Amino acid sequence: MMKVLLVDDEREFVTTLAERLQLRDIIPLVATDGDQALQIIESEKPPVVVMDVMMPGLGGLDVLQAVKRRHPEIHVILLTGRGSTQDGIRGMRLGAFDYLMKPVKIEKLIETMESACRSDTESAV
Amino acid sequence: MVSRLLNRIRSLFSVPLSLYRRDGSPHRYKQLRRYMAAIMLLITIIPLLLMAVINYHEYQKALRSEIILPLGTLVNKTKHSFELFLAERLSAVSFIASGYSFEELADQNALNRMFRVVKNEFGGFIDLGLIDSSGIQISYAGPYRLKGKQYTGQHWLQEVIVKGEHISDVFLGYRKFPHLVIVVQKELDTGDSWVLRATIDTERFDNLIASMGLDPASDAFIVNREGVLQTSSRFYGKVLEPLPFPLPPLSYESNILETKDHMGRDIFLAYAYFVSPSYVLMLIKPQSQVLKSWYGLKAEILLIFLFSVIAIVFVVLKLTNTMVKRIQASDEECDATFHQIEHTNKLASIGRLAAGVAHEINNPMAIINEKAGLMGDIIHSMPSFDNKEKFLSLTKHILESVDRCSTITHRLLGFARRMDVEMERLDLNGVIMEVLGFLEKDAFHRSIEIDLQLDERLSQIESDRGQLQQVFLNILNNAFAAVDDGGRISIVSREIDTDMIEVTITDNGVGMSEDTLGHIFDPFFSTRKGYGTGLGLSITYGIIQKIGGDIQVTSKEGEGAVFTIYLPKTAQ
Repeated sequence: MMKVLLVDDEREFVTTLAERLQLRDIIPLVATDGDQALQIIESEKPPVVVMDVMMPGLGGLDVLQAVKRRHPEIHVILLTGRGSTQDGIRGMRLGAFDYLMKPVKIEKLIETMESACRSDTESAV
Repeated sequence: MVSRLLNRIRSLFSVPLSLYRRDGSPHRYKQLRRYMAAIMLLITIIPLLLMAVINYHEYQKALRSEIILPLGTLVNKTKHSFELFLAERLSAVSFIASGYSFEELADQNALNRMFRVVKNEFGGFIDLGLIDSSGIQISYAGPYRLKGKQYTGQHWLQEVIVKGEHISDVFLGYRKFPHLVIVVQKELDTGDSWVLRATIDTERFDNLIASMGLDPASDAFIVNREGVLQTSSRFYGKVLEPLPFPLPPLSYESNILETKDHMGRDIFLAYAYFVSPSYVLMLIKPQSQVLKSWYGLKAEILLIFLFSVIAIVFVVLKLTNTMVKRIQASDEECDATFHQIEHTNKLASIGRLAAGVAHEINNPMAIINEKAGLMGDIIHSMPSFDNKEKFLSLTKHILESVDRCSTITHRLLGFARRMDVEMERLDLNGVIMEVLGFLEKDAFHRSIEIDLQLDERLSQIESDRGQLQQVFLNILNNAFAAVDDGGRISIVSREIDTDMIEVTITDNGVGMSEDTLGHIFDPFFSTRKGYGTGLGLSITYGIIQKIGGDIQVTSKEGEGAVFTIYLPKTAQ
């Protein structure tokens, strides 16, 4: 079973998404800010993190940098409401696996998470 | 005083501030043209005028000294000749009167002998006579019979009694012929006085005047102080006639006046008064003749000045016109660039606004998406219950609506950041049909006839479906707006060569003016005031450029419009 950390300051969004993923046999972990996200990453080490870019306090790109520094094997998928190309390019440069826009179809999200995990196996092979 | 003058000059050359402001009004350029022309004309014509005036005066001065001053010299010389002539005759008479006694001179033979000597030695003598104290001529040598004539009361006799010697004015006397007399008085031991009198021929005066060598238009003569001619004049009367104009002011040195004679002719009058006798020598030359060369020169100076002024005015006006036109053109260019920048800024603002709105909407949309999704998930996993299918359909529709909304917000964001093009192989005819699907109902209600001539053998092209839909939707929306109810729109697709496909959309609507055609792809340009954003065709143009195609439009007012879109078969 795939374990995924969902990070978004929009609590309603993140909890509902978590529930839906759970229904699809994915273990969701939820954080509503950057600090909390880093704590969970340290303790749980989820293989995939789905994270909002714009958050109060520690932003998505800051968290991404911290994660990639300490755990380069963890895949971060950025999910944002603002379709800024600059943010996307910066995120990809900092090592994000992909950059998706809200609202996203659950199938598309799961497909991206799976391909992130798959890329691990492929690179391992 | 000097500072005031400087201020005046400064204000003359200072351009009003309004001319520096680029308000683009034709009045401003007119004013600018006027100022430039005025300043240029001033700085060129003033020195020219100064030069002309200085030349005029210098030439005038030079000509004056060259032509007029010699007249004075001639008068002086001639006056001296006259004085010398009279002084010699007076000396001769004085010499006889002093050298001989009354008795000797009273002897007729002795007087005759003496007369012959002076006549031969000096010339000009007509006769010689001795007059006693009672005024009777007691002896006489000469051609007339004047012995024994009584002269008491004659003016010259009174003059000589007072002064001792005298030269008379010209008069007729007993002989009825113009002459003058030279008289010298001597005293006897007894106290009585006697007078020796000589008559001088005035013909000698005429000779002296003739020796001045005057041209036919000039005149020279002698008058006495009463204004009576002492010699004949060419233009002003015979001898002893009065001079027809007043005497000039007294001057013993030669003097020159510019005046008019009694006939109104402009003349130069050169004259000199004699100390004794009381004559005035006059030389008259008409100004027109003297200044003929000056008038010629004056006309030349004026002509050159006028010609230069005309040339300067022509060049200055031409130059000013060219310069102002250039300024105007560069101003207009500047304005156009400014407007372009303004447009771009507006576009950027709209972009930022769109991105902001899209972002704000995307977040709640994401929540709706997840909530509806979860609802669907839950219903799906529940055992069958009443209206389960209905609920599933509802959640599906909510999700579809969210999807539509997100398409809109993504497109808005795409406008802001020019979303990356997603290339795929697609059937262009299919895309056109999809777009027409949106417009079918409108066409039906308005009885608009859609004439489709799509080439079925059209090869698939590599392009972005979403963007192409946007392109056709924008153009067809415009066509629908342009045609009246019952109008016609035709869509033709065909391959023009191995690389390109052409789609032509023709309507029979209101068409566009030349001016509108020139701006049709500008952002925010709209003829549908209050309806369109003015962005549709601008976005269309941007998309077609991005996917490597081209768009052309032709139109005539009242005859509809033709949009031709060229698309490459393979992505570029």
